[in-house]
Amino acid sequence: MGLPGRGLAGGLATTFRTMTRRSITQQYPDVSPDLPPRTRGVIALLEENCTVCMLCARECPDWCIYIDSHKETLPATTEGGRERTRNVLDRFAIDFSLCMYCGICIEACPFDALFWSPEFEYAELDIRELVHERDRLALWMDTVPPPPPLDPGAEEAKEIAAARKAVAAPAPTGDRHGEGAAR
Amino acid sequence: MSVLDLLLRLVLLLACFLVLPLVVGQIEHKAMAHMQSRLGPMYAGGFHGWAQLVADGVKFAQKEDVLPAAADPWVFRLAPALALLPYLVVLALIPVGAGQAVVSADVGIFLVLAVMGIGIIGTVMAGWASANKFSVLGALRAAAQLLSYELPLVLAAASVAMAAGTLSLPGIVEAWRPWWLLWQLPGALIFLVAGLAELSRSPFDMPVAESEIIFGAYTEYAGLRFALFLLAEYAGIVVLGALTTVLFLGGWKWPFLVGGLGWLWTLVKTLAVAFLVIWLRVSLPRLREDQLQRLAWAWLVPLALVQLMITGVVRVMG
Repeated sequence: MGLPGRGLAGGLATTFRTMTRRSITQQYPDVSPDLPPRTRGVIALLEENCTVCMLCARECPDWCIYIDSHKETLPATTEGGRERTRNVLDRFAIDFSLCMYCGICIEACPFDALFWSPEFEYAELDIRELVHERDRLALWMDTVPPPPPLDPGAEEAKEIAAARKAVAAPAPTGDRHGEGAAR
Repeated sequence: MSVLDLLLRLVLLLACFLVLPLVVGQIEHKAMAHMQSRLGPMYAGGFHGWAQLVADGVKFAQKEDVLPAAADPWVFRLAPALALLPYLVVLALIPVGAGQAVVSADVGIFLVLAVMGIGIIGTVMAGWASANKFSVLGALRAAAQLLSYELPLVLAAASVAMAAGTLSLPGIVEAWRPWWLLWQLPGALIFLVAGLAELSRSPFDMPVAESEIIFGAYTEYAGLRFALFLLAEYAGIVVLGALTTVLFLGGWKWPFLVGGLGWLWTLVKTLAVAFLVIWLRVSLPRLREDQLQRLAWAWLVPLALVQLMITGVVRVMG
């Protein structure tokens, strides 16, 4: 408990000390804010990586990703080979008036086609303008920052660890063909 | 005192009455912001938002004049004026320098304390005329608060008057000596706390506790009338600061720079007290209604009586 009024004096001291320090406000329209790495501003699309697997659209909790595609048949590359079909993206749009920035689509994408960008200045006067089509989503790719370095002592990224392991202990029995021949 | 002289003084008084509350309001904006690690207004007027309150005034003037259907129209309209005017009268009685008061009265302290109590009638009128239960509750809380804190306020002021042997405000400043700061310290603190409570300023802002009764008696007010109530609050801070300065801090007296510039010291001390009032608002949580009454009756009144006794003893011995 201590002296009576100690709490009051402590409160006064705290506010006064805060007053003598610089305030942490960033005057936003004049000064662009220092955003932390991995800021969730807008979602960017790297079209080349997209295989139209639809995982993002299916995982999206509020169904704000619209994907249209069609199948194309590719002629066989070798004589007598099989024709291949592949998905071609016709439309990829994210409705940011519905998006709640959960980032599940980015987590779900198995081919690294979606990225977080820290850009946040895309307010519109008409809510319909908030549907970003594929061209606009692709433009956001320019603003995606390189991933920040890992914390000191952090576990290595999985693919790097796997590659390192492969270099340290090369497969002793060669490839699958060799295996099959031995059998 | 010629008519021209009196006119000049009245104009000066009116200017002070309109400008000083705004200065205090601006200090509150900025000091409170920085105490909360913010910047406060930065745009209005260009330099650190100095014209924010002017802009606010313009905004208030443009707002719709709302009169609740069930309100008592005349009382409702009259209330803001009644809340504001007493402070103007009190400010007229404050001696800012040696012989520099707009009006001098021999029973100044008596008159000042009596007039200051009138402001509350404005609040009660506002609360009753609004035909709103929150307004009535707020008004009654304000009235109860005033009743409780008027006693320690008057007792603390009486202690100074007894020490100086006069009821005149300039007379008290003339008689004031630096060692009174220690002698009258409890009285000064009681006066400040009771004054805060009379102004319904934080931490005694139970009458306008927005989490329970919206904005108390001022809930139904908007536009210019609301601005007048706000002005009354800040004018009240100025008056409280000026009164504390005159009664307890030696008014225009200072160790140096006395000749002719006494009013400057009065101003500096007044603003210092105003800053303290703002500082307390930022730092302290609101008192509950029962705690508030308890503080007045169980602590301030007995302390004020002890102060009165000490003053009496020193006067008789000295």
